[in-house]
Amino acid sequence: MAIISTAGLAKTFSSKAGPVEAVRGIDLTVAPGEILGFLGPNGAGKTTTLRMLTTLLPPTGGAATVAGVDLRQNPAAVRKKIGYVAQSGGVDPQETVRDELVVQGRLYGLTKAEATARAAKLAADLGLTELLDRKTAALSGGQRRRLDIALGLTHRPEVLFLDEPTTGLDPGSRADLWKLVRRLRDTHGTTVFLTTHYLDEADALADRIVVVDKGVVAAEGTPAALKERYAGSPDASLQDAFLALTGRAPAPVDTTPVAV
Amino acid sequence: MLLHDTALLFRRYARQTLRSKFQMLFGALMPLLYLLFFGPLLTDMPLGSRGDSWQILVPGLLLQLSLFGASFSGFALILENSWGVVDRLRVTPASRLALLLGRLLRDAALFVFQSVLLVLAALAMGLRAPLAGILVGFAFVALLTCALASLSYALALKVPTPQAFGPMVNALAMPSMLLSGLMLPMALAPGWLDVLSHFMPFRYLVDAVRDAYVGEYATTTMLYGVLVAVGFAVLAVAVGTRVYRDAGT
Repeated sequence: MAIISTAGLAKTFSSKAGPVEAVRGIDLTVAPGEILGFLGPNGAGKTTTLRMLTTLLPPTGGAATVAGVDLRQNPAAVRKKIGYVAQSGGVDPQETVRDELVVQGRLYGLTKAEATARAAKLAADLGLTELLDRKTAALSGGQRRRLDIALGLTHRPEVLFLDEPTTGLDPGSRADLWKLVRRLRDTHGTTVFLTTHYLDEADALADRIVVVDKGVVAAEGTPAALKERYAGSPDASLQDAFLALTGRAPAPVDTTPVAV
Repeated sequence: MLLHDTALLFRRYARQTLRSKFQMLFGALMPLLYLLFFGPLLTDMPLGSRGDSWQILVPGLLLQLSLFGASFSGFALILENSWGVVDRLRVTPASRLALLLGRLLRDAALFVFQSVLLVLAALAMGLRAPLAGILVGFAFVALLTCALASLSYALALKVPTPQAFGPMVNALAMPSMLLSGLMLPMALAPGWLDVLSHFMPFRYLVDAVRDAYVGEYATTTMLYGVLVAVGFAVLAVAVGTRVYRDAGT
């Protein structure tokens, strides 16, 4: 059974110039424990879809279930089962790493003792132990990204949504984050829904890729299948397949090699 | 869960405020300056209201403190929104009302604290008012703060740049202060201004606090003041919660 399932999921914004169809009807399924790469050129509807699936935006059409819960009927129950790491992060620079983790845990119903223990465990897992009492403003980009992910994992979510998780990170931090995502899936069975502009990242991490364009799903399949279907060879680059499919690059591509 | 999450978030924001002594004290500066440099000018002047000049001026300064302080609370939310903290909290199971109430209670505590400083200074300068009346004044400050801060947060989620937010709030707060008779009772105003001021909710609040400061609690003015303050706060919190829920749509 799919852990994420959408049928005709749509979002229309109203504006002075008239309605704007940001997402016209997304149909997709994600299996438990899958790492799904969700790609698309700018303005394709990626972020809007992600914000709907994480309950930040109410859909205006279609249906969706996330972790077995109807998204439109019971968004509050969906929130208990998902973790979300936004592209812009989500840490308050006035707070310490420990305070952020403990407050997050307590918002998910942990007692103070449980939240404190969980903060220590996550900090150990993500290499933040030495930084627990440091203000988040003093963290490096990579450290802050690991804290963002720790916040998203506080309650052991069934599904983790990662929005452009490695944007702005140096190659070493990107590689660390890729390892972490794989470890999450391999050791905890966490389903990961990942948006990224980096096609090498999607190629390396995702079990399956969904490409959206103009608010609908344009293609889906394993990275190898997409490359074969749209670029003529499984050995072609995902960039070639993406260009053939959408006619546009996803975004400026960071060509710095990442050691994995 | 509502109480638990509200208390948790209140403690988080209160901790942040306690770390900023500047924020705690600076808000009281403008009313203190009015008290020091404007208050003495009114001594022994006929102000068309019961009580001496301090019993008329201090209630106005208390609500002025709340009006200007709470109306600008949204600045902090604009910052938090830019850091992604608002979305992070909105994806947790915490109720939207708790996300708002945690902030509002911190704001109310902060402005009541600043009100206490203001009243202590006023007592030193000659204010004499019953303790119950002074406490009633603090209750009105708390209610008005909750109402205005809630609307300010709602506006901050709709107008997400400080450059747009600041002038908009200022354009609303300044006429509100002048039309409400916060500095001087509207009984001194010409008829048209007095009529116009009845459309401002703050007028009913300041008149009620002025009654409380002369020890009169069972008055029609007090009844109107309580009804307007409670009604305004409930309406504003409902608007704020709705905007928090639908932010970004």
